Amino acid sequence: MKPRSKRMMLVGGGVVLLVAAVALVLSAFQQNMVFFHTPSDVMEGKAPRGKTFRIGGLVESGSLQREADGFTVRFAITDTAQTIPVSYKGTLPDLFKEGKGAVVQGSLGPDGQFRATEVLAKHDENYMPPEAAHALEQAQKTADTVSQ
Amino acid sequence: MASGSIDQDNRMNPSPRGPSVLRFAAPQNFYPLAGRLAPWFAVTAAVLTLIGLWLAFFVAPVDATQGNVYRVIFIHVPAAWMSMFIYLVMAFWSAVGLVMNTRLSFVMSQALAPTGAMFCFVALWTGALWGRPTWGAYWVWDARLTSQLLLLFLYFGFIALTRAIEDPRRGDRAGAIIALVGAVNVPVIYFSVKWWNTLHQGASVSLTKAPSMASTMLMGMLVLAFASWAYTLAVTLWRVRPMILERERHTEWVGAVLDREGGRK
Amino acid sequence: MMQWESWSAFWDMGGAGFFVWGSYGVTFAVIALELVLVLQRRKETVKRLLRWRRAVGKDGSGRAGARMES
Repeated sequence: MKPRSKRMMLVGGGVVLLVAAVALVLSAFQQNMVFFHTPSDVMEGKAPRGKTFRIGGLVESGSLQREADGFTVRFAITDTAQTIPVSYKGTLPDLFKEGKGAVVQGSLGPDGQFRATEVLAKHDENYMPPEAAHALEQAQKTADTVSQ
Repeated sequence: MASGSIDQDNRMNPSPRGPSVLRFAAPQNFYPLAGRLAPWFAVTAAVLTLIGLWLAFFVAPVDATQGNVYRVIFIHVPAAWMSMFIYLVMAFWSAVGLVMNTRLSFVMSQALAPTGAMFCFVALWTGALWGRPTWGAYWVWDARLTSQLLLLFLYFGFIALTRAIEDPRRGDRAGAIIALVGAVNVPVIYFSVKWWNTLHQGASVSLTKAPSMASTMLMGMLVLAFASWAYTLAVTLWRVRPMILERERHTEWVGAVLDREGGRK
Repeated sequence: MMQWESWSAFWDMGGAGFFVWGSYGVTFAVIALELVLVLQRRKETVKRLLRWRRAVGKDGSGRAGARMES
């Protein structure tokens, strides 16, 4: 065998082995790579119990309430299948809105209320000028009324 | 010291009977070519940057949800693309070097590394400054951000290792192994937003679907992406030239180059 | 000024000036730094190699390089 093709085989074999190793490591770590759990995960008992974790989903439309102290907020996180009520003391990020994505960190109380210590807004990958967003909203409304 | 290194030097040069494209793989031909091309890439980069910045700040409209802070995207995304792409190119040259035993390939991958690290840092930095006003945090340990940070460490590891090892042949090989192993991280970064739940949003621009951006926004981002390509080519060619002189210092042609350089001062 | 009513509105970036200009400023600063380092490295390498050539006696004494330095 020529030395060049021998080297090529060694390098190729090494790369294949490494890729396999990394693939194994990744699949083993898959559980730990989850940044947040969905409300459905939580309802199915997949979320860690008795310690802090994150729930991600949409802020349910119409669920956002401010308490009289002006500091505590209540809202619900939903993945459309399951919904979890959340309470949080603190300031919300600018992009936090009903109907938009959010990730909350905290722990689940025995009453089924999630007490958040941190709230992050999750935005999507769509970028458009306000006029286009407005037009899209109008089109969505029209489509909704037609389907009804 | 001379005999061993002269053998190596000869091995670097492809045989004169080889195909003519390989002529530029010979250091003494590549060195002046790099010197001629670099300024053109630099000028292209500068012009594209100016056009890109104009598009980014004066043509692209404000974003409906994020307001003006989204304008960070015009450097964040090209820098992130570049940091991943450069690492893949480094891995490619490392593989070529290991298989073909061409030392110029290793030198190319080492000349690319600092620019890749720079873009990687820029992607992380601008991401942090973008994350605070939109997500509400400078940093989170989600899969996208964590794997991008790992990329920065891989760059640092590669640079440190190739510089720390005295013997260039051993340094080349050690660096090549880091480049090839670390290349696995690049698809992990890219697909992390699909494979796992991340705070980071999905890709706005990809090969498999229409871009989810207004066209003037997209235009600004693409122009700046091309600017960063041109910049990378220019700065890498400038960086590789002294590295070639260093490696080839035993040869006649470097002697001639150095005489010219010395005479110029 | 298609997107902006005034220069001060431009610098303010709708309140996000710190984040936008912090991003662009640092980016162009590290690019400038990289260019300076690349230029310095070239100068330093040429100087060092010229010295090395004199040390190993490969400078073909009497030629331009050696004359200029001595």
